Amino acid sequence: MDFELAPEQQEFVRTVRAFVDDVIRPNAERWDEEHELPMDAVGQMAELGLFGLPFPEEYGGSGADFLTLCLAIEEIARVDSSLAITLEAAVGLGAMPIWHFGTEAQRKELLPPLATGEALAGFGLTEPGGGSDAGATRTTARLEDGDWIINGSKSFITNSGTPITSFVTVTAVTGTKDGHKEISAIVVPTGTQGFEVGKGYRKMGWLHSDTRELAFNDCRVAESSLLGERGHGFRNFLRILDDGRIAIAALAVGLAQGCVDESLRYAHERSAFGKPIGSFQALQFKIADMAMKTELARIAYYRAATLKEQGRPYKKEAAMAKLYASEIAVDVARDAVQVHGGYGYIEEFPVCRHFRDSKILEIGEGTSEVMRMLIARELGLPQS
Amino acid sequence: MNIVVCVKHIPDPNIPGELEGGRLKRSGVQGVLDPGDEFGVETGLQLKEAHGGEVTLVSMGPPTAMEAIRRGLSMGADKGLLVSDDALQGACALVTARVLAAAIKKSGPFDLVIAGVESTDGYTGTMPSTLAELLDVPQVTFVKRLDSADGTIRADRQTAEGYQVVESPLPALITVTAGVNSPRYASFKGIMAAKKKPVDNLSIGDLGLSSEEVTSMQQIASVGSAEARKAGEVIEDDGTGAQRVAEFLKEAKVI
Repeated sequence: MDFELAPEQQEFVRTVRAFVDDVIRPNAERWDEEHELPMDAVGQMAELGLFGLPFPEEYGGSGADFLTLCLAIEEIARVDSSLAITLEAAVGLGAMPIWHFGTEAQRKELLPPLATGEALAGFGLTEPGGGSDAGATRTTARLEDGDWIINGSKSFITNSGTPITSFVTVTAVTGTKDGHKEISAIVVPTGTQGFEVGKGYRKMGWLHSDTRELAFNDCRVAESSLLGERGHGFRNFLRILDDGRIAIAALAVGLAQGCVDESLRYAHERSAFGKPIGSFQALQFKIADMAMKTELARIAYYRAATLKEQGRPYKKEAAMAKLYASEIAVDVARDAVQVHGGYGYIEEFPVCRHFRDSKILEIGEGTSEVMRMLIARELGLPQS
Repeated sequence: MNIVVCVKHIPDPNIPGELEGGRLKRSGVQGVLDPGDEFGVETGLQLKEAHGGEVTLVSMGPPTAMEAIRRGLSMGADKGLLVSDDALQGACALVTARVLAAAIKKSGPFDLVIAGVESTDGYTGTMPSTLAELLDVPQVTFVKRLDSADGTIRADRQTAEGYQVVESPLPALITVTAGVNSPRYASFKGIMAAKKKPVDNLSIGDLGLSSEEVTSMQQIASVGSAEARKAGEVIEDDGTGAQRVAEFLKEAKVI
């Protein structure tokens, strides 16, 4: 067993870290205040090839593996969760469904602009009436004169309203089969008549990522916009979410590592009772626990990503990595605020933002409760 | 346009350095491509993009110095040449220049040699000028902006007061300052491509240098810590404060 990253992955991590330090770190606090996706930074991330990491070069990608994408997400999340989720959603939810389920024509047309980062795409699954209960989809699409007519609405859709968003893939009920809803995925280009992108939410964290509510009123797209087989929408997005969970675990590890880094620095700098606060056992134990949890969560997502790369089953490991990493991220962020005392509650210190950014990790791309259900199912426990 | 960029592998300047026998400890320490050389590599890549040709990276150092060459290749340079030899440990600037001159001559005809103004570890700043003399080409140092056309270069040369505009025929050697450009980041594609680019490993024997030529003429007598900076002067304003600030600025030749 070898826990070393490949030399080229190590070099890439150093590159991304330098990029994050130069371009993102000096601006993250200001962007957070401005509540707007910084398109300049997104453009620079695109130049670095981040949006095309796991796709072949012929589709505009870099030909890296999924773990390498996760490493980049972790590095960015150490400093800026909003940009990390923008990357995670762009690749994992925007481009990946096209790569996995698109026809060759759809891949050739839709993938290159996403892989090069010229365009972003969203994935519309969650609805106002149901997140975890994805089978409760109420959005409908019916065929009429060779077009899909879509009606319904979607909630919390990342990257759906940026200036460069080119389309959103939405799930919709396209009929019934054997008494069950038949769910399909359809590509809806930005600007299609009847497709309305709402204004951004007022969120607790991830303040400069783009998250919107979408409405479809007799929105008409060509029949060829169907992504994957009709009726396979549910099965397909479950697969997409398995991958997404590993990437969210990487994001959570990045946030936790950022909190450890900040706490270590502060524990050296800040004095109380004539000594650096890091010399007090109460804080030493707290920071030791924070670092341990972060390291274990990292190993969990490395393992899930490696299983995926090897083509072995990884559903359970992905769920475990996501569940553990997101829960320790919230713990570590809360402890980092505690290490900082009153200053941790002030926006000038990054741990304040990290704490606000952490909570969503236990909710997005499958809640902690859903993760536990999945793990229990994978363990073969009787299902109710 | 054939461009040679001199690159150096140095201990990561972000990690406090350790001394070993009067010299900076290099073995077992995280190394990086000298950040000053990244500007040289970027200058070379921009010239290649504008005029075509090749960018060759040349370095002297222990085998681990190949990391610095790999870094430059990841950014987009075409090939690398590393001179590595136990006899070169602790080489002075003159010996380094002799070795690099021999390596550059061996690598073929060149139009331009680019170096950083000075290394971020040794800081002598004398190697590039020596190298230009040994190669018998004109040198333009402290370049902060560069144009090139029809076998000449035109450079803005940083001085204490402002800048000079200098023209030179090619071949020539320039040293570039940190202000000359923004070095690009190596993409994953670039990192993977670098693995397949040609690199040469040479010893001093391959370069036809004698042991006298690579014997350092400089000995380090002693090494000490720099004096800590003194606190600034505090002026209580008794009505003459503005005057005294103005005098201070005049003395510093700021106004």
